[in-house]
Amino acid sequence: MDWEPLIVSYLFGFVLLNVLLLAMAYMTWLERRLVAFFQDRIGPNRTGPFGLLQPIADAVKLISKEDIVPANADRLVFLVAPLLSFVLAPLGALVVPFGDAVTVFGRQVNLYVIDINVAALYFLAVGSMGVYGIILGGYASGNRYSLLGALRSTAQVISYELVLGLSLVGIFILTGSLSLVDILRVQQRTLVLGGLELPNWFLLSQPLAFVLFLIAAVAETNRAPFDLPEAETELIAGYFTEYSGFRFSFYFLAEYINMIVVSLIAATLFLGGIDGPFVDGVWWLAVKAFIFLFFYVWLRATLPRFRYDQLMGLAWKVLLPLALINIGVTGLVRLWGIGAL
Amino acid sequence: MSLASYAVIGLLLITAVIMGSALLFIGHFVRPRRPTPAKLQPYESGVPDVNPPRARFTPRFYLVALLFVIFDVEAIFLYPWAVAFDALALYGYVQAALFVGLLLVGLLYEWKKGALEWV
Repeated sequence: MDWEPLIVSYLFGFVLLNVLLLAMAYMTWLERRLVAFFQDRIGPNRTGPFGLLQPIADAVKLISKEDIVPANADRLVFLVAPLLSFVLAPLGALVVPFGDAVTVFGRQVNLYVIDINVAALYFLAVGSMGVYGIILGGYASGNRYSLLGALRSTAQVISYELVLGLSLVGIFILTGSLSLVDILRVQQRTLVLGGLELPNWFLLSQPLAFVLFLIAAVAETNRAPFDLPEAETELIAGYFTEYSGFRFSFYFLAEYINMIVVSLIAATLFLGGIDGPFVDGVWWLAVKAFIFLFFYVWLRATLPRFRYDQLMGLAWKVLLPLALINIGVTGLVRLWGIGAL
Repeated sequence: MSLASYAVIGLLLITAVIMGSALLFIGHFVRPRRPTPAKLQPYESGVPDVNPPRARFTPRFYLVALLFVIFDVEAIFLYPWAVAFDALALYGYVQAALFVGLLLVGLLYEWKKGALEWV
């Protein structure tokens, strides 16, 4: 057996894990700065130039804080749950293609960690496994607010998970593949529409799916305006009420890494990933992912929180039927397109 | 290299576990450990904790979970159909429409029954 591609993709994945951690650290800084500007404040600007050392200061502070385990907590589960959340968060990014193959030292190196034929399904599966960390942590805390926060979060994540999964079916119909590399290749073609040359991005052919995916992704990552699990006015801090120190920060890390991973996936599925004007490359993916991340912060600074019944009603009564309609219409158009109708 | 890809995922998972544990392990040497009975109580916004911690909660959460299982299975069945869409063509489309239609009737029934209401 040839071990070399395995080792190369492992190393690439290892680098990716660390890049994600670094990106996550600066995402917290960016969010605090941006929200501050939205609210006409300055935000953290004292630690280093523009407050750029703030994430490091935060990490040092959190690591040196006491790690409290409440007396009536389920000790083992309480200790392991945040780690579970943190470990599962970056795995979704492994299937994102970061560019075309390049040649390094005379060897062909693929700019993705892995290309599996069920990549999109894998992303959804790994994404939904993160909820285990939340429900186990909330349950094991031995605190009513934690338990309620965990239950809410679980119900929310599984409801929006459906929408997330179903919104992508249209893309699969158009590409005939679940592999993100294949989906990207289809998007790198050119779409000619009435004499106008457009990129073949799925944003243009699947606009409804894009909106559904965007809403579901925000809900899936428990972010405002869908941050019900951590609604301070009702549940204190939700499922991580009892967590302190670095175990608390694992939940925090997981949330931000999830945001980044979802942004990367959304950019790859709908905005053509590395495809762009002039030269294709990872910078286009970074720009597009940044647009999504900025959108996340923008939403948080703009919208008030949903009420819980509104949240569940939106998923089941509006988004789910819309996702099914999108699949039906896409199917019909495709049937007509391939001449089977 | 499909199966090997999953091995890479497994290895990276283990790596992530090691990285996380290492962070906690480093913290072990720098963080204080001074538990007091008051500190170890569940946080209740300052009032003494009187109710049992594993509180009862509304069965609607179970209902959502049941609905989720049904529709998640639907989504999983739609995936292979979507991938093989061109080959199955009209026959497959009608089959999928029937399948989704049956589940939609179920959803409408739930809706009418009030299973989707939270108030």
